[in-house]
Amino acid sequence: MANIPADLRYTKEHEYVKQTGADAIVQIGITDYAQGELGDVVYVDLPKVGASFGRGDVFGTIEAVKAVSELYAPLAGTVTEVNQALEGDPALVNRDPYGAGWMLKLRAKNAGELEQLLNSEAYKKQIGQ
Amino acid sequence: MPTVRASLAPADRFVTRHIGPSPDETRGMLATLGYESLDAFIDAVVPADIRLRRPLALPPGRTEREVLQALRGLAAQNQLYRSYIGMGYHHSFTPQVIQRNIVENPGWYTAYTPYQPEIAQGRLEALLNFQTMVADLTALPIANASLLDEATAAAEAMNLTEAVAKVPPGTTPMFMIAEGCHPQTIAVVRTRAEARGVQTVIADPAGFEFRPGVIGALLQYPTTDGKIEDYRALCDRAHAAGALVTVATDLLALTLLTPPGEWGADIAVGNSQRFGVPMGYGGPHAAFFATREAHRRHVPGRIIGVSRDAAGRPALRMALQTREQHIRREKATSNICTAQVLLAVMASMYAVYHGPDGLRRIAERVHTLAVLLAQAVTRLGYRVVHSSFFDTLCVEVESSVLPRLLDAARARRINLRVISPTRIGISLDEATTLGDLADLVTAFSLNEVLPFMVEDLGAKAGPSIPESLHRTSSYLTHPVFHRYRSETEMLRYIKRLEARDLSLTSAMIPLGSCTMKLNATTEMVPLSWREFNRLHPFAPREQATGYRTLFRQLEDMLAEITGFPKISLQPNSGAQGEFTGLLVIRAYHRSRGEGHRTTCLIPTSAHGTNPASAVMAGLDVVPVQSDARGNIDLADLRAKAAEHKDTLAALMITYPSTHGVFEASIRQVCEIIHAHGGQVYMDGANMNAQVGLVRPADVGADVCHLNLHKTFCIPHGGGGPGMGPICVAAHLGPFLPDHPVVPLRQQQPCGTVSAAPWGSAWILPISWAYVALMGREGLVEATRIAILNANYVARRLAAHYPLLYTGQNGLVAHECIIDCRPFKASAGIEVEDIAKRIIDYGFHPPTVSFPVAGTLMIEPTESESKEELDRFCDALISIRQEIGEVEDGTQPRSNNLLTNAPHTLADLIADAWDRPYTRERAAFPAVWTRAHKVWPSVSRVDGAYGDRNLVCVCPPMEAYALAAD
Repeated sequence: MANIPADLRYTKEHEYVKQTGADAIVQIGITDYAQGELGDVVYVDLPKVGASFGRGDVFGTIEAVKAVSELYAPLAGTVTEVNQALEGDPALVNRDPYGAGWMLKLRAKNAGELEQLLNSEAYKKQIGQ
Repeated sequence: MPTVRASLAPADRFVTRHIGPSPDETRGMLATLGYESLDAFIDAVVPADIRLRRPLALPPGRTEREVLQALRGLAAQNQLYRSYIGMGYHHSFTPQVIQRNIVENPGWYTAYTPYQPEIAQGRLEALLNFQTMVADLTALPIANASLLDEATAAAEAMNLTEAVAKVPPGTTPMFMIAEGCHPQTIAVVRTRAEARGVQTVIADPAGFEFRPGVIGALLQYPTTDGKIEDYRALCDRAHAAGALVTVATDLLALTLLTPPGEWGADIAVGNSQRFGVPMGYGGPHAAFFATREAHRRHVPGRIIGVSRDAAGRPALRMALQTREQHIRREKATSNICTAQVLLAVMASMYAVYHGPDGLRRIAERVHTLAVLLAQAVTRLGYRVVHSSFFDTLCVEVESSVLPRLLDAARARRINLRVISPTRIGISLDEATTLGDLADLVTAFSLNEVLPFMVEDLGAKAGPSIPESLHRTSSYLTHPVFHRYRSETEMLRYIKRLEARDLSLTSAMIPLGSCTMKLNATTEMVPLSWREFNRLHPFAPREQATGYRTLFRQLEDMLAEITGFPKISLQPNSGAQGEFTGLLVIRAYHRSRGEGHRTTCLIPTSAHGTNPASAVMAGLDVVPVQSDARGNIDLADLRAKAAEHKDTLAALMITYPSTHGVFEASIRQVCEIIHAHGGQVYMDGANMNAQVGLVRPADVGADVCHLNLHKTFCIPHGGGGPGMGPICVAAHLGPFLPDHPVVPLRQQQPCGTVSAAPWGSAWILPISWAYVALMGREGLVEATRIAILNANYVARRLAAHYPLLYTGQNGLVAHECIIDCRPFKASAGIEVEDIAKRIIDYGFHPPTVSFPVAGTLMIEPTESESKEELDRFCDALISIRQEIGEVEDGTQPRSNNLLTNAPHTLADLIADAWDRPYTRERAAFPAVWTRAHKVWPSVSRVDGAYGDRNLVCVCPPMEAYALAAD
């Protein structure tokens, strides 16, 4: 059973969004379910701080040994921070997807978009859990 | 007297040697499947409306002796001149220990691409040596395990450049090609650039200005006419403008010259042929590709990397596979699949054999000969155009003298390169002797008596390699390039590596879609004949009469088999064939004023090369869905074709489908595409199920490529060479590729796709011999038995594994897919675990997770006997029982026979044994494994570790020593 915390929001492409407490800044990564499906993550290609994305835009790619997947921005916004640790240790995504394996912090352009994302129940339903 | 005639018929038929099952075994298999006869069985498999209802119009099969005689006759029509043409092709001595133990050794040439590293450590090590050799000589740290030829490698470099260099929005990217590049390289790069919408400009690099929009430059070092230029300033200008510099270069020259990585090049490419591989009238040879660390995720083709196995020992495997077409499809860095493994192994072994000092001696000797020649022709009153050179001279000759010079050369059986009406090129090589030099000089003296002795000239002219470009850095310092100098040591090294690998010499390799059939000895023997392997690809036409005849006859054979009248032998791999076929289709549309047709429909189940090739050809990929039975979804196809009718260029379809089924709707599929203005491209990967039964042209396709390395017996060489000629309908004939050096006289060519005019000509006698040996009846029989074998395996396994997809009457074509997904839930067993356990039974696993993740695709081919098929089925059935033990709790879900597979000798004899099964069961799960099996030389390889810590050159020896402790 994948761990799908109740306090996060989700996309059907398996990204999660966590509110950081700071104004309009959200943390983004992939779900426990997604890391399990991909297997051992070997590389995460992330954008630079300052890059802007529209909702649903591709912001990076994630690679396992025999799979590669694009990463989609759950919300429109501007990158304020990138998880540098993934460069040296991409397996953090496998070990701790909601913690040390986070990918981006984004200043959301439109805070209302958060409400349009899936809640944990809806996401669980999507992955058949 | 018919009885006497009958008794004098040949006592031995090749067909019975090529086809595995005996007539008795065939009857037995038919009985298992419930059919009275092979005819009735084939009628049940192949849809009636696409059957070829007549015998192929080919001669009957011939005996092995007759075919060898015929090939001797063709070989005798090729004439061996000494070729000093150069242009990337040089005479070279293949060390005989390499010739006999690699080129002529099925242990090396019948292996497959090393997808299963545990039984491929031998060739993986040889390829790692190749990468190390390339990285050292070019001084660029990331090298791949070979590409198809120098020209396509240069085009791949342009692709990499396009991927990493940025152009301002709205500007067309521009790529500069230096005028000193080989003409065939220029032609191939321009063809590829044009397809991708990159503008090319041919320029003198010295004065070239890197304006905005220029993404990169391609140089040649030394240039095609021999000049050694210092490109440092140019690299600075390029980098200041954000552009990348690629250089096509020569490994032998780099033993003496400052390597590209030290003067600023970003990418180095070239041909490794002169490292002990024959010219073979154009190929196959291994091209190399090396670049900087920063670009490693954009490198095309296979990269071998160092990782570790489950026990922590160093282990090799293919690294960073997510770059490649089989995973990334239309977003791949390249469409390349087949590389030139056998040739890369040869070249790397040549470097192991000679070592850095030996290579340097060869290079210095060639250079000294060139210096002598330069002095001699200068004494005779000619001007040597470039004062700096390595092995190639450019000599100015008055146009009135040129014909006499060429006559004098011809009289001595010498080929020179005519660069222009007043310039001659002469490239010397490892095989050039002082006597050859004297002959050359005499030709230049126009047969006058020489006023000097060549050997008396002395090499005391001015410096011909500029001081600033003398190589000072060391290379090939790794022990592997120093240890094996005696032939005894070399022989044992080659044999030691061979013994780690599973090839067709020890068991069947049932890889789906790969057609690992017999590569008969008779088919291979002519490759060793000098009349086939010593010709320069640009030698005058009349010296290659035997080859030309062979090409024409092979084209006729393939035309009859496919139903297409026009053929190009130029594409030197299947993926290359796909690209070429799509270019031909684009050229056809353009010729009708329909250049806007750029949509390419591709079923989601297609081989990854299909979408990757379409993108390279400048097409937009639109996927078409499969239905629940694995067939192309006709409703979706209709909808997509209609939606894109204004821009529809082509559909790419594999037949029988990649799911191993003869789709009954194929005619309809072709009609739908034609009705919407598109052309049908048939991927010939599965042609082994069609030969003599169905012809691509008859079902409605317009183009197909043939993988001569699958259906037509060219061995896989451990991952190449391949050959992918394309066959086209009459209306597409005018657009077939041409060649800038050897005109093929096509009317409106789509461009040039390979460095050599007929691709890898050297290996074409193999396919010619196969068709000649089998003849019209034998070829059809092979197809029928290939289908029978696949269905027999499917039937035996169906009771134990779910069978995915069947066609009419519940039958498959020439391969079958078994579903291993349910075991993940029932036993925690992944398809990978099953594949690795198959290794313990002495077999090569089938294709894993293609075309459906979690499945195994099995293609036995006609060459496997019933006994071998039964052994393989018994292995899979036994493995199913092992899974059952996990399902019922007798064995734990982790730490069981499957999750720990494969088992190495080191695992089994370790003092500690903490596994819940016996060593006996692990090692000898079936009775035959006691008699013989190939042991895995490493345990399960950890792919993730190596991808996270990329090492693609030989690790220091201490790494092995540490692991052994």
